Amino acid sequence: MAESRVAFDLHIPSDVEYIEGVVELARQRCRELKLSPTKCSLNVPVALSEALSNAILRGNDKTGGKAVRVRAIITDTDLVFEIVDEGPGFDLDECEQDCTTAENLSKEEGRGLFLMRRLMDRVESFRDEGNVVRLTLHRE
Amino acid sequence: MSFSIKKNAEVVVVDVEGQLIVGNRQELKQKVLDELEKGEKKFLIDFSQTGYIDSSGLGVLVSLSKKIREQGGELRLANLNDDLQTLFELTKLDTLFQISDTRERALESF
Repeated sequence: MAESRVAFDLHIPSDVEYIEGVVELARQRCRELKLSPTKCSLNVPVALSEALSNAILRGNDKTGGKAVRVRAIITDTDLVFEIVDEGPGFDLDECEQDCTTAENLSKEEGRGLFLMRRLMDRVESFRDEGNVVRLTLHRE
Repeated sequence: MSFSIKKNAEVVVVDVEGQLIVGNRQELKQKVLDELEKGEKKFLIDFSQTGYIDSSGLGVLVSLSKKIREQGGELRLANLNDDLQTLFELTKLDTLFQISDTRERALESF
């Protein structure tokens, strides 16, 4: 990763009620970086919201007492979010399904990872201090 | 974020103010299902005051549409801004819902 600075580094309780506040903070950073309006109002809010809800509901398995760490890192070229939960991790490729097929279109679930991948330039998952999902969006 | 429900002739109109996301989707679902249980059949969700929608919010719309159809009713959508339109196109949900660009056109379409 190129030279970088941390825009924010938060630990939030594992509760979906905290998602909107984190997303609003991320949107503010996007506006300060003068990202395009669509990146500020669509790409970042939806992809970050998906990653956070995935960490809270699946990674931490809705278990009280756990936390999610969310870090925003700004490089010369990218805005990067790292979302860390306390779960065992998962294989991104195994979890993604094409929600646009005739069979899946009318299902209630299964669009989260699909949206993250369509709205971000890169989505990675790996083990570090916990299970990390890293979302990378090019600034230009 | 909140949901307000009004009746316009035979159509139940729901305004989504703010986000439709994992934290509040159940509230929307319950409000619409309550109206369905009362015997209402025609539903319009207006997104003119909506910020963003996540996959849980989209999922609730799909689920409600199915439940309303099962009761012989119909759910239509109106006033998607450019971002929301993109979201529906990405997920191809624009092919599943009847979407109008204004509330008036949506109401006329029932």
